[in-house]
Amino acid sequence: MDIQNPVKKKSNRLAEIAAGKTFPTETHDVLKSEEPLLEVSGFNLSYGAKQALFDINMIIPKGKVTALVGPSGCGKSTLLRSINRINDLLSTVRINGEMKLNGEPVYAPAVDVIELRKRMGMVFQKPNPFPMSVYENVIYSLRIDGERNKSVLDEVCERSLRGAAIWEETKDRLNESALGMSGGQQQRLCIARAIAAEPEVLLMDEPCSALDPIATNKIEDLIADLRGDYTIVIVTHNMQQAARVSDYTAFMYLGRLIEYGPTSTIFQNPHLQETQDYVTGRFG
Amino acid sequence: MSSRPLEKSVRPRRQRSRVSLFAQGEPMIWLTGGGLAVALCMIIGLLLLIFCNGIATLWPAPVPQFQTSAGSVYMGEVTRAESFRSNDEKVRVLQRKLVRTGNYEISGEHFVWISDHDIKAETRPEWALVIERTAWGRFYGFPEGFTLGGDTVASTPEAAWEMFNKHHRAVSERREKIRELETHEIGRVNRRLETARLNLRTVELRDGKDSPAWQAEHAKFLETEKAVTAKFATLQEEIVRLRAENSRYVLNLKTAQGKAVAMPLSDIVRAYPANQLSFIGKAGIYFSRWHEFLLGEPREANSEGGVFPAIFGTVIMTLLMSLAVVPFGVMAALYLREYAKPGLIVSAVRISINNLAGVPSIVFGVFGLGFFCYFIGASIDELFYASSLPNPTFGKGGILWASLTLALLTLPVVIVATEEALSAVPNSMREGSYACGGSKWQTIKRIVLPRAMPGIMTGMILAMARGAGEVAPLMLVGAVKLAPELPVDSIAPFVHAERSFMHLGFHIYDLGFQSQNSEAAKPMVFTTTLLLIVLIFLLNLLAVRLRSRLRRKFVSAAF
Repeated sequence: MDIQNPVKKKSNRLAEIAAGKTFPTETHDVLKSEEPLLEVSGFNLSYGAKQALFDINMIIPKGKVTALVGPSGCGKSTLLRSINRINDLLSTVRINGEMKLNGEPVYAPAVDVIELRKRMGMVFQKPNPFPMSVYENVIYSLRIDGERNKSVLDEVCERSLRGAAIWEETKDRLNESALGMSGGQQQRLCIARAIAAEPEVLLMDEPCSALDPIATNKIEDLIADLRGDYTIVIVTHNMQQAARVSDYTAFMYLGRLIEYGPTSTIFQNPHLQETQDYVTGRFG
Repeated sequence: MSSRPLEKSVRPRRQRSRVSLFAQGEPMIWLTGGGLAVALCMIIGLLLLIFCNGIATLWPAPVPQFQTSAGSVYMGEVTRAESFRSNDEKVRVLQRKLVRTGNYEISGEHFVWISDHDIKAETRPEWALVIERTAWGRFYGFPEGFTLGGDTVASTPEAAWEMFNKHHRAVSERREKIRELETHEIGRVNRRLETARLNLRTVELRDGKDSPAWQAEHAKFLETEKAVTAKFATLQEEIVRLRAENSRYVLNLKTAQGKAVAMPLSDIVRAYPANQLSFIGKAGIYFSRWHEFLLGEPREANSEGGVFPAIFGTVIMTLLMSLAVVPFGVMAALYLREYAKPGLIVSAVRISINNLAGVPSIVFGVFGLGFFCYFIGASIDELFYASSLPNPTFGKGGILWASLTLALLTLPVVIVATEEALSAVPNSMREGSYACGGSKWQTIKRIVLPRAMPGIMTGMILAMARGAGEVAPLMLVGAVKLAPELPVDSIAPFVHAERSFMHLGFHIYDLGFQSQNSEAAKPMVFTTTLLLIVLIFLLNLLAVRLRSRLRRKFVSAAF
């Protein structure tokens, strides 16, 4: 991908990256003091012949919200989807490098992918409620585990829906189809579904891009509420959103992680000129 | 960028209009709309033709009497009129009528062509009676009198007609009773004897003819045979008694040509004075005929009477076929779409399945006959029904084999429709399930299949429509002209999958092309076709309603 609108100030790095070069990530020192939940080291991924991620090294701090930002096609969604190995479903994907969740490898041959995914929740770009009732949607991950105890299911359902700030709207229509709800409600339902199994990390892939501003606000409030209880990784196109909800921000470009640091620093005083250009909207 | 739009606007108008016709797409609207209109016209025309002819067949027509210039007299219903080219030089084109004169046993023909210019006089005799009989086709004549046990009790048309109405119901009931005894009661007795014989044969095959077991079984058989013979004699006696009672009632008739005929009341199914009937009277005859058509059994080589066995056979066969084809089709499509790695082999398989839909149906019939009837059926016979050999039980055409053959025939339809439905399930739903820790099968079972169910139902509807209308393969694997027993009845094990059956499609073919009296059967072809279409429509309606319920439940995604 070419840079559409060359920045006025000279920015050799981006041009060199476009030409195929890789630079070490500018990781801020603050991150070293954080307790890592997920460690990514030397991670490469390609779809067939096309390489999408280049030598990613980063840690996701526990209990914090980490935002992945960058222009379209920079690999932020790919990185997010590599964490719970949803990318594995595509037969053309090749991976090398390492990822560790709480010290346990994610990409080891002995890992049970299904068990691994149960430790992570994921929220997608478009709300994707299942074609069943609200209740069944929320407790889906328990159902497929074979949980039959009605009181456990009821309790999890209520707790998850309260956690996703949608209990008041849905408590009277738990047995109605989830497909009849509004887009914002559906997305919060999907968040409730994702947190029902009490995951170690919550992955959000542009959760607000299909929603109107009011629904977006609600989701952002919800992320703020969930911070601390859950480790959240969120991919977003919206700079303001990243600035509002996240503790740390990672800037990616053409499959490389360029700069990674505390959100306030990244947005106000980044170490690299390229990051500055991107977050202020000069390109991307 | 800035000055270009201005330049554009000063372009001469003419240049734009040169491309505008096709650019606007106006001709394409007309072309596509025209295509739809032609298709609709043909379909509606066909349906209208079938509907109008089918619905009118059973309406009672008046019975005129024609006197020709040659001196002959004909009486009957006018079924058709057409123009024809005559040999006469002066009058080139003439009109003629096809008159159903009936009385086959006297005149030797059912229909007569009468040229309009030969007709000297046309009258509508008040007492022209149309009589539908159990044999020999219709009779047209005048009532003259009524004989009861040899005594003449009426000698005017009015009195004879009154006597007929008084006694006909009782006589018909006795006739039905005789038929019931002949088919069901005697059948039951025969079945008892047959069961005993099969038991004996089983013991003989197992232990040999000299064993004590055989001796015991043989004694039992002889006992049964004795009991059965006695029962048989009682039944025969009863039948003879009923027949004797019925033969006392005789309607004396006279044909239009003046020939006297004495007709036993038991031969008469229905009679009416056609020219006297009011509209309500005609409607009564009409509905009585529909009642017989829908619920009765066929008579007179299928050209008269009802088609109930055929309706029943068609419905049961279609349901059995759906039961067989849907699970297999769905499983095959699931593997192709969800499990198989896309590639050359999968594409080849897919193309082959699509091509399978183009194989002539008679080929499937031949395959069904060879594989199901002669191979699988014969093997089943050898294993489980050895005692009744050489009579085949499953080793011949039957409703099970017919259903399976049609299931094979319609399998591509279901596979293709299911594959479409599966590929229409959004990937985001699958991913959502995987992200929750669902395995592949859990995802398919809980998310993909419910969501694809309406599409699968569409496949089933198409398969049903295709299967119910198919005739050619059925002729080889089990559809017959006249099946003595229904494939489902009250005798254990209730569903007799090995029995041959009647089918409306085959019935239509049989009526139209195999009937001896095809001119009389022709209107029935329309009626039966109408019935088949209505039946398929109803089956489809059922499936469509089921589908829309599923769709409301699973697919009404709103975002």
